[in-house]
Amino acid sequence: MRRLFDPIKLAALGFALLLLGAWQLLADAHLISPIFFPSPLRAFAVLQQRVADGSLWLPLAATSLRMTVGWLLASVIGIALGAAIGSSRLARNLLDPTLEFIRPLPASAVIPVAILFLGLSNKMSVAVIAFGAIWPVLLASVHGFSSVTLELTNVSQVLGFGRWDFLRKIAFPSALPDIVAGLRVSLAIALILTVVTEMQSSLPGLGWDIFSAQRFYRSADLYAGLIMLALLGFAANHLILLLEWRVLRWRDLRT
Amino acid sequence: MRRLFLGAIIPASFLIVWEASSRTGLLTLESLSRPSDIVRAGYVALRDGSLLLATLQTCETALIGLAIATVIGIAAGTILGLVPTAERVAGPTIEALRPIPAIAFMPLALMMFGFGVGLEASVVAYACVWPILIVTIAAVRAIEGRLLEVAAVLELPIWKRMTKIVLPAAFERINIGLRVSAAISLVVAVTVEIVLNPRGLGYNLILAEQSLQIGLMWAQLVWLCLLGYVLNLVLSHVGRGPAAIWRPL
Repeated sequence: MRRLFDPIKLAALGFALLLLGAWQLLADAHLISPIFFPSPLRAFAVLQQRVADGSLWLPLAATSLRMTVGWLLASVIGIALGAAIGSSRLARNLLDPTLEFIRPLPASAVIPVAILFLGLSNKMSVAVIAFGAIWPVLLASVHGFSSVTLELTNVSQVLGFGRWDFLRKIAFPSALPDIVAGLRVSLAIALILTVVTEMQSSLPGLGWDIFSAQRFYRSADLYAGLIMLALLGFAANHLILLLEWRVLRWRDLRT
Repeated sequence: MRRLFLGAIIPASFLIVWEASSRTGLLTLESLSRPSDIVRAGYVALRDGSLLLATLQTCETALIGLAIATVIGIAAGTILGLVPTAERVAGPTIEALRPIPAIAFMPLALMMFGFGVGLEASVVAYACVWPILIVTIAAVRAIEGRLLEVAAVLELPIWKRMTKIVLPAAFERINIGLRVSAAISLVVAVTVEIVLNPRGLGYNLILAEQSLQIGLMWAQLVWLCLLGYVLNLVLSHVGRGPAAIWRPL
């Protein structure tokens, strides 16, 4: 039976509150510079005020949208490429060396190139996000598609499936657990790159909010932005976990 | 051999089409330069030392950040790994801090350190500390109980207990976290330079783009690819070295 007040959980909450409280006291006593470390209460006050006057939602929506579009683009291309590479030796031999060479490139390094082609625009941001976020989902789906078990391959042969039917009805569901795991890592990277491109190219959003807060030395705003980013990352991660549970529910039915 | 040939088809034909179409005037986009110009720009940058200097600056900062993260990550991870209660108490706070993109701390680091090594190294350290911390906690917890009992029986002082028993036993796993973080450190360092910090490879890259030295920009991009590739290679092979040294003991 789960107790309502688990002592460990209470202690964990207490620990976090203790850190915040110590910070607040140090800030109140002016032992740490309020320019760098505004008291937590001030940061929360800014957050509350921005919720109240509605100035929080636009940047939040812009950042979420950019992140989602870039991530979706990366997912679609990553799964398609992964299916090709994972299920065909020829495609693997053709593409693997090139991809292995590009992969270690820090995603932010393609920002200059993307700016040249697409300007300081949302398209640029989405392209950079997609470039950086594609690798986890690509690697995961290559692994998923190439490790379809022999029994499943035999089943599809017995049923006389063509290549397309095999991919769609057998290989894709079998690779799905890997793919979803890759999608989760990709989403975290997408959020990071959203912030990076916003800062680099002055695109309105949470990343830019933090950046401009620093320029005007409004550190309470900066912390408020950080808190929002943390919440966004947390929410995105949990949405994926929900998706994972929803999509992979059929696997539990087998056992 | 055949696989090497197949793998070269796409990049080679891509380069040939690129070069040919810009020579014949089919392609007039300034942003594309030409493969031959890129090679030339890269050669010039290598010869006058600017590329190597920038590489050195980037790697230096990445290493400093990684070193800070290693010390903090292993120290905190060992404590949290040895004392499960502490881990459960501090865990949620760690989980709340971990998903914040390190890059988001860049403005804060700028206010505290100004432009330069401190700004970049601190952001790198923040990004690198989490994999090391989490792997260390897991590694220390997976140490055989008997080893810890031996340490207790020998009544080793706490410092010796760490250096003689705990860290050697956990090192092989901690190494995995170190390798992950080493790869992250380069990426974060370059990112900080591209967005903010006026030094190193990332800054040179964005500078080349803004001054429309397109050939140089592409050359630096290829250089970064090579650097990342070599780093990955080193990490996947030599990274196992230190662990192997512990073994015979």
